[in-house]
Amino acid sequence: MTVIDVVRDPQALTLTVTSRLAAPRERVWQVWADPRQLEQWWGPPGWPATFTDHDFVGGGVARYAMTGPDGERAAGWWRFLRVDPPVGLELEDGFGDGPDAPAPGMPVVRMVARLDEADGGTRMTLTSHFASLEHLEQLVAMGMEEGIRAASEQLDVLLAGGVVPR
Amino acid sequence: MVVDQLEQQAVDRVFGALADATRRDILVRVLHEESSVSSLAARYSMSFAAVQKHVAVLQRASLVTKERRGREQLVRGSVDTVRSASRLLEQYEEIWRARIDQIDALLAADAVPEAAPTPPRGDTP
Repeated sequence: MTVIDVVRDPQALTLTVTSRLAAPRERVWQVWADPRQLEQWWGPPGWPATFTDHDFVGGGVARYAMTGPDGERAAGWWRFLRVDPPVGLELEDGFGDGPDAPAPGMPVVRMVARLDEADGGTRMTLTSHFASLEHLEQLVAMGMEEGIRAASEQLDVLLAGGVVPR
Repeated sequence: MVVDQLEQQAVDRVFGALADATRRDILVRVLHEESSVSSLAARYSMSFAAVQKHVAVLQRASLVTKERRGREQLVRGSVDTVRSASRLLEQYEEIWRARIDQIDALLAADAVPEAAPTPPRGDTP
């Protein structure tokens, strides 16, 4: 299992996901630093992301768009608050065309990533900070489509007794 | 199991309800604050009846509740379905788990051929 620990703090409204990745820290850093690599993992399954801007320095901005299974487009942006290669970064993740044109009423999540060398690999600790429960509700409502798809696929596999169908 | 099937049906209803952009928009709005069907209808370029139909789909999925107050029908995001904060965090967690699986796959892909470090700016095949 890649994800080794998850801490949900409903009071502080944070979610911390810790994973163990089988690659050196400098290599893991590249999945954040290289927009072509980011595109391969940032979009939830079925929602590939395309990064059009990626100014990977403190104060820099990244812009991306995700395309859904029905051809819907969701635009998002990051504002990098801190970029400290290869040990960590902090950013704000929002919806809309950019930090100067955020989608009105849409939540902004602050994300902190830390990379530690561990047993020849990398331990990545990601903490998402939500400003309010309402924001979290909105995010989940919007992410639910993908979340439920993934969950129901897992359920299918479980119902099939863990055997991959066909 | 019956419970699983029921759950699957509920999941399908929620999934179906959220598959439409207008319904997602309505849900996000009424999570924020309750709105009457007529004030919602005023926001979209579609008939009152069409908006009412969207609300009904959300209602069947238990994502919203509707309450008659005087002449108005007030729609509110259902805290029942949008549930407790920890349940919500769980779902957000799923998004992250999926991302980390994708990072894993990405890292596994370059473990295959040459062990030589690749230049950071080179074209990736």
